[in-house]
Amino acid sequence: MKNDIRQALQERILVLDGAMGTMIQQYKLSEEDFRKGWFEDHEGDLKGNNDLLSMTRPDIIKEIHAKYLEAGADILETNTFSGTSIAQADYHLEKAAYNINYYGAKIAKEVAEEFTAKNPAKPRFVAGSIGPTNRTLSISPDVNDPGYRAITFEELVNAYKEQTKGLIEGGADLLLVETVFDTLNAKAALFAIEEVQNEMKTDLPIMVSGTITDASGRTLSGQTTEAFLISISHIPILSVGLNCALGASALRPYLQVLDQKSDFFVSAHPNAGLPNEFGEYDETPEMMASQIEDFLKEHLVNIVGGCCGTTPAHIKAIADVAAKYSPRQIKELAN
Amino acid sequence: MSEYTLKLSGLEPLIVTKESNFINVGERTNVTGSRKFLRLIQEGNFEEAIDVARDQVDGGAQIIDVNMDEGMLDGVESMVKFLNLIAAEPDIARVPVMIDSSKWEIIEAGLQCIQGKGVVNSISLKEGEEQFKNQARKVKMYGAAVIVMAFDEKGQADSYERRIEICKRSYDILVNEVGFYPGDIIFDPNIFPVATGMEEHNNNALDFFNATKWIRKNLPGAHVSGGVSNVSFSFRGNNVVREAMHAAFLYHGIQNGMTMGIVNPTMLEVYDEVDKELMEYVEDVLLNRRPDATERLLEYAETVKGDAKEKKVDLEWRNQPVGKRIAHALIKGITEFIDEDVEEARQQFDAPLEVIEGPLMDGMNIVGDLFGAGKMFLPQVVKSARVMKKAVAYLTPYIEAEKGAGNSRGKILLATVKGDVHDIGKNIVGVVLGCNNFEVIDMGVMVPADKILERAQAENAQIIGLSGLITPSLDEMVHVAKEMERLNLDIPLLIGGATTSRVHTAVKIDPHFEANQSIHVLDASRSVTVAEKLLGGDRESFKKEIRSEYEKVRENHAKNRQRKEFLTLEEATSNKFPIDWNQFQVKKPNQIGSKTLKDFDLNLLRNYIDWTPFFMTWELAGKYPNILEDEIVGQEAQKLFADANSMLDQIISEKWLTANAVLGVWPANSVNENDIEIYDASTKEVLNIQHCIRQQTKKSAQAHNMSLADFIAPKNSGKEDFIGGFVVTTGLGIEKKIAEFEADHDDYSSIMLKALADRLAEAFAEYLHEYVRKEYWGYAADEDLSNEELIKEKYKGIRPAPGYPACPDHTEKIGLFKMLNATELTGVSLTESLAMLPAASVSGWYFANPESKYFGIQKIKEDQVESLAQRKGYDSNEMKRWLSSLLD
Repeated sequence: MKNDIRQALQERILVLDGAMGTMIQQYKLSEEDFRKGWFEDHEGDLKGNNDLLSMTRPDIIKEIHAKYLEAGADILETNTFSGTSIAQADYHLEKAAYNINYYGAKIAKEVAEEFTAKNPAKPRFVAGSIGPTNRTLSISPDVNDPGYRAITFEELVNAYKEQTKGLIEGGADLLLVETVFDTLNAKAALFAIEEVQNEMKTDLPIMVSGTITDASGRTLSGQTTEAFLISISHIPILSVGLNCALGASALRPYLQVLDQKSDFFVSAHPNAGLPNEFGEYDETPEMMASQIEDFLKEHLVNIVGGCCGTTPAHIKAIADVAAKYSPRQIKELAN
Repeated sequence: MSEYTLKLSGLEPLIVTKESNFINVGERTNVTGSRKFLRLIQEGNFEEAIDVARDQVDGGAQIIDVNMDEGMLDGVESMVKFLNLIAAEPDIARVPVMIDSSKWEIIEAGLQCIQGKGVVNSISLKEGEEQFKNQARKVKMYGAAVIVMAFDEKGQADSYERRIEICKRSYDILVNEVGFYPGDIIFDPNIFPVATGMEEHNNNALDFFNATKWIRKNLPGAHVSGGVSNVSFSFRGNNVVREAMHAAFLYHGIQNGMTMGIVNPTMLEVYDEVDKELMEYVEDVLLNRRPDATERLLEYAETVKGDAKEKKVDLEWRNQPVGKRIAHALIKGITEFIDEDVEEARQQFDAPLEVIEGPLMDGMNIVGDLFGAGKMFLPQVVKSARVMKKAVAYLTPYIEAEKGAGNSRGKILLATVKGDVHDIGKNIVGVVLGCNNFEVIDMGVMVPADKILERAQAENAQIIGLSGLITPSLDEMVHVAKEMERLNLDIPLLIGGATTSRVHTAVKIDPHFEANQSIHVLDASRSVTVAEKLLGGDRESFKKEIRSEYEKVRENHAKNRQRKEFLTLEEATSNKFPIDWNQFQVKKPNQIGSKTLKDFDLNLLRNYIDWTPFFMTWELAGKYPNILEDEIVGQEAQKLFADANSMLDQIISEKWLTANAVLGVWPANSVNENDIEIYDASTKEVLNIQHCIRQQTKKSAQAHNMSLADFIAPKNSGKEDFIGGFVVTTGLGIEKKIAEFEADHDDYSSIMLKALADRLAEAFAEYLHEYVRKEYWGYAADEDLSNEELIKEKYKGIRPAPGYPACPDHTEKIGLFKMLNATELTGVSLTESLAMLPAASVSGWYFANPESKYFGIQKIKEDQVESLAQRKGYDSNEMKRWLSSLLD
């Protein structure tokens, strides 16, 4: 599988799927949907804990996956963005973490295989989504105590190991460490992945995608794009990229940095613009695709897709333009 | 000579290539090397300990070495705490960290705290291969580079042969067995003291140099580092000798391929600046050149005890040759000696023009390069320009006597367009272009189109630059462009100023000007590159690029326009902002009518200044007061702030500026939903009708189509309501001072004064608003807000200004000024574009309703323009012209 995706990346631009949350909202689910069969007696509300739906309503998640694949996505992201015991602690569901990832990967893989079987010329891949968690290793949550940290590197590594294991055993083809706003969290995830892959003797390609949070061009933890790239380059990853936070056009200067400085493949999955005053994303599929087309013309990227606010219509529009362009060639770096 | 690159990172990258200069690693955050740092850590005084790190970075450290190896400390805890704390200090965290410990557990704890790619200092073969490999694997997984000590199972390498033997063995294991990236390996081949009096130490430095050379040649990718201060251990207490030894050691180390070293960057002497005699003795010792080297150095050392670097004579640069002095004066912005230096240079050259083309331009080129590289900031450049202008002014009589012709890169004509008086930005552009050797013809403010074009043709200008701040200026710029087209004036047109934009230029100006190209220039620093490209060899392709870019901007604009949905004015009005007037209790003003404040005490306004826009004027980005601590521009911001305050002192004490204001409060009601009738308090007759514009874009379900008229009780509600108005200025008298500065070629002070006058006018408006809220009208008598809260508009009620977002119609100023008799009482007049003169003036309305808030009108439709024209008795085309920036 590893070779498959590298080969595909040499040939064409691969398309990552779009937002999960936006799609789930359309189903207008009730509390019961989040409990069904697994957490019926759990104390406290579970509604909104979308990752659970891979277990409680796999039909819905599979349907969403299928819509994205129909739209032309090559890579599905598992519904596991918050699937660490740390993120699940908010719902007192630390114990569910492994299953969230295992089932999240399993059902995505089922849908992907179905589509690959239908059209073997266009193999579909499953990327296990590994989110940043809601704790950060480089920033104190207490302004009065800048030396304090709400979590340790080791705790984070352990949580990521459990998530990674679940994803691999559930059948993920790739691992995607995404929405990195604190590079040290990402380093913990990479550390965990290395350990798990050593133990399990697997070699899944890894994608890393950071988040530039404002116009200063830095991550939340303060790094420039190039500093971020350097800080995660010790692991031979498949791709490095940027997602979330900004709309496509605002990402461009930072993608140019990655294009020039990175000898990994480059990915981008931006939001559908910036949220408006109601927290909604208003970029239409056409608008977004036309901005992404700018990246493609410049050959900045190898993998494109969507983050918050994107829908299968967005992915279809993106896939349509992506098909028109050749992928970025990895440059022979000067040094 | 290898294809491997050492890449490190803090918040910013640090890339070590063949071309890199020597990398300084700050050594003071090390408890084993600095007693002060140890004491601070032991006392738990982390605040000061952080300052030590900051000093190192400020002093030039590109990496900081952190070491907590001391028996009395909990090394792991101290390391973690310190690293976590400096992670919160962006000016420190921008550089990579070197985690320095002989204990692996401390190293690993440190690695778990740094988000960037740091350096581990150190691992070695001391405890055998297995441990070495395990630690190296861990380092790799954490993503750090590593320093490897020349140390093995048998001990520390103390000869050339042992050094290369251990380094080679370590390298092979790391690269071949662990898979370590060769560029991430840094050897420390042990720097030992020399001149210890023991003969076996005499070759210590030389062995290090030779081993370094061997490593760089034979172990591809690997770097060499070392703790430099060790070498001078025997001269503790004699900083003159120690610094000389460090300088010499580094010089020879670098010659042999040493790429980084642990040093105190704030105490580094420059090799060339060390006393020649001392240097000879030092090098004798380091290079083991003669048997009595140690004795001779010891003897000499007795004569130079003291602190060398502590106090440098500030005027040392005066001893350099005149060309260097001129460059120094330009870079540092020192005008003090420029006349005498230029005179000296003039006597050395054949022609006075050669002084300009030679040393002065050389200096300005350095300034230009530093500015381009982000190493100098705008205020510094303007100061450099002041020096340049003084120098040129000094030379001009001589040049004219010889009738030499200037040799500039191109002639650029700048003007603030008719009806507009704002010129700070234009002046900055002029200075920056002038600095870059363009000849700038500055026509000043309120320049009509025909005058601009006439002059451009007469002078053969190669570029015209237009500036403006108020919205009617946008139209005037379109007019200038059309005129240029009519005359077929084939030179580029630059557009700049606060209300201008790329979109406006592309959509409204560019299509009318095909004779050449119009280009929007975002800020002063960009003006140079644009001018260079427009006059350079590739100008046609550059223009073509701009043309196609603007084509695209127009397409996108058209698309966006289609997306926006508009309501008719009638529909918009029916979605007005609802206030329940039945419940409304008006606060009757304490005073009604108007009041004039003449020659107001500027001292009272000082605390009301909002400084953030002041820094924006100087193109320093950031919010006050944080900007003063900003890692990039902080230092310049501090200097600028100090200069601003000292000028403010003078403005106030020497009464450079006169501040006048007039304000009024009158009974008022809204009529016909969109207008406000303002009445005379006693006769009840209508004094003025304020015509308000209403938002016309389609809103989401809960939002309203706002108009200022919504905040005043309607006449038919039967409630009496009130409105206020004001005009303030702090710009009276400015011309005299500006003329003085300009006569002195002092653009820095001239721009500074204008920027400060603007700030004072805003401060006056803020002060007056508070006075109105708390006393004159008194609807918020209990208010107690800090200046910061005022800046954030936390107060009740609003003071929107005609011509700005909530009431973008400049023509409303006419009625306001009339009611207040403002021109007579304050000395502020209106230009034909309705800009206020002096420029440092503010006018506006007061709305007291607690539900009133600021909003922006954005775009409107023709039906509203038509309605306004009717209501105001304007010709509809004229109305359209005034509101053109609101129409697509």
